[in-house]
Amino acid sequence: MRALLRLPLPRTLTDYLGRELLRFLLMVQGLGAFTLITLGVMISKFGVARRLIHPRVREETARAGLRLLPMFLFMSAALGLLVIGQAVSWLTRVGAIDYLGTIMVVVVVRELGPLATALLVLARIGTANVIELGTARATGEVEALEALGIDPVHYLIVPRVIGMALSVFALTVYLILGALLSGYLWAFVQDVPLRPEEYVRQLAGALSGLDFVLLVLKTLAFGCVIALVTCYHGLAQPLRLEEVSEATVTAVAQSIILCVLIDALFIIIYLTT
Amino acid sequence: MENSPAKPNVPALHMEGVAVGSLRNPDAVVAEEVNWTVAAGDYWAVAGLQGSGKSDFLMLAGSLTAPRRGRYRLFGEDMPIYEEARLKTRLRLGLVFDGGQLFNHLTVAENTALPLRYHQNLAPCEAEAAVRDLLQAMELTPWEGRTPATMGRSWQKRAGLARALALQPEVLLVDNPLAGLDLRHTNWWLNFLDQLSKGHPILRGRPMTLVVTTADLRPWKGRARQFAILKNQRLLVLGAWAQLQAASEEMLHELLTEGTQTG
Repeated sequence: MRALLRLPLPRTLTDYLGRELLRFLLMVQGLGAFTLITLGVMISKFGVARRLIHPRVREETARAGLRLLPMFLFMSAALGLLVIGQAVSWLTRVGAIDYLGTIMVVVVVRELGPLATALLVLARIGTANVIELGTARATGEVEALEALGIDPVHYLIVPRVIGMALSVFALTVYLILGALLSGYLWAFVQDVPLRPEEYVRQLAGALSGLDFVLLVLKTLAFGCVIALVTCYHGLAQPLRLEEVSEATVTAVAQSIILCVLIDALFIIIYLTT
Repeated sequence: MENSPAKPNVPALHMEGVAVGSLRNPDAVVAEEVNWTVAAGDYWAVAGLQGSGKSDFLMLAGSLTAPRRGRYRLFGEDMPIYEEARLKTRLRLGLVFDGGQLFNHLTVAENTALPLRYHQNLAPCEAEAAVRDLLQAMELTPWEGRTPATMGRSWQKRAGLARALALQPEVLLVDNPLAGLDLRHTNWWLNFLDQLSKGHPILRGRPMTLVVTTADLRPWKGRARQFAILKNQRLLVLGAWAQLQAASEEMLHELLTEGTQTG
């Protein structure tokens, strides 16, 4: 089937659409297989070489999480300003300032926080994943691992997936907390008649147990998807060095699409429960 | 992980009617109908011109690619790739790549320690003594804290050799060890491989089975004990040096008199 994709360029729209559909199906198949393989390795090699793999997981968590913290603190302040700046202006006009906390929860906790975190981590670390793994693949480092009897998925992918899932979750929590705090500070600066305890009461009233559960699930899903898609494009297919940049672009586009689809799925869950 | 004991009278490597595919081009076949046996203690030099498929042949022998056709047995076991159950057998074989293929984000010492740490679940300090001995034997001690990108290619190759020897394999496959080396490094490699073949102290004196590929047969005279050439997608097994000289193959003339050190 892959041979069909190497045929000369299509001349008609039908040919083009057919080819793109085929490419999409192959990608879904490849990504699905890669996900299952990674999951299988995670389970079957649980505890194997833990003195090597556990530090790798910590490294990846620090790389995708801790080192991005300064950027996320800045982003959280900016997010609080954007949401509060707009919300205060409009809520004051319609006399609905009591809904400030609710709006912060709906906009920041449920939507913008997780999605913005995922996109920023994708931009900073997801792209680096494709480039690093693609280069390692193109320069024969992956074959070297195999020659040493080291499973490349275990050594290269599993730490990245776990590290990125944990990082997206942790960074989202920091981003949300920072945005809620900076939101109140911006509201305070704008002389909004809202006492801190009232703001906290509004936030607590707007949050439900489901918010916490879905936040954890959504952020872990974002982290896993970004790691799997970027690692798949970097590692799963034979690459030449000149193909690494194209693989990076494809991985970023597909990661964004999948994150948005996951977000839509969670919106449906919110609306139906 | 302890290596499984050798079975008596079982060849180390055995190929029957094997077709060798290319690692980089999935559609290409670089050698057909390969029938080849490597016994324990052999020292083979497989020669061929640039592009003849020596590296692909060695990748198959190292179980990194599966035979397109035919049967490949390593220590008597069929060798499909990536099978967890075959891991112990695979670890009895070491592979040194043409360019070293070191991991760029790790130092030389970390590169060397990696297989030990993975297969024996060691902390860095527990692998330190073994790594120090290996680096000392390779004269790499001054480079131990350096990353591959900051070293010359000759030293990278030695680091690749140190890493391949970390698990003390019984068979070592070395891809083009002399390519691009100056005289000093060339002599070091020839002498070191000689010592490995006869039994080096880092392997506790156990003689090692060696297979090297080369584009120039001259340096291997009096060193390798068996010779083969890859030509026109066939592996011609020639035997000892005397048989090599008696052979009427035209290509041998190039490999014996005009061969280059680059391919």
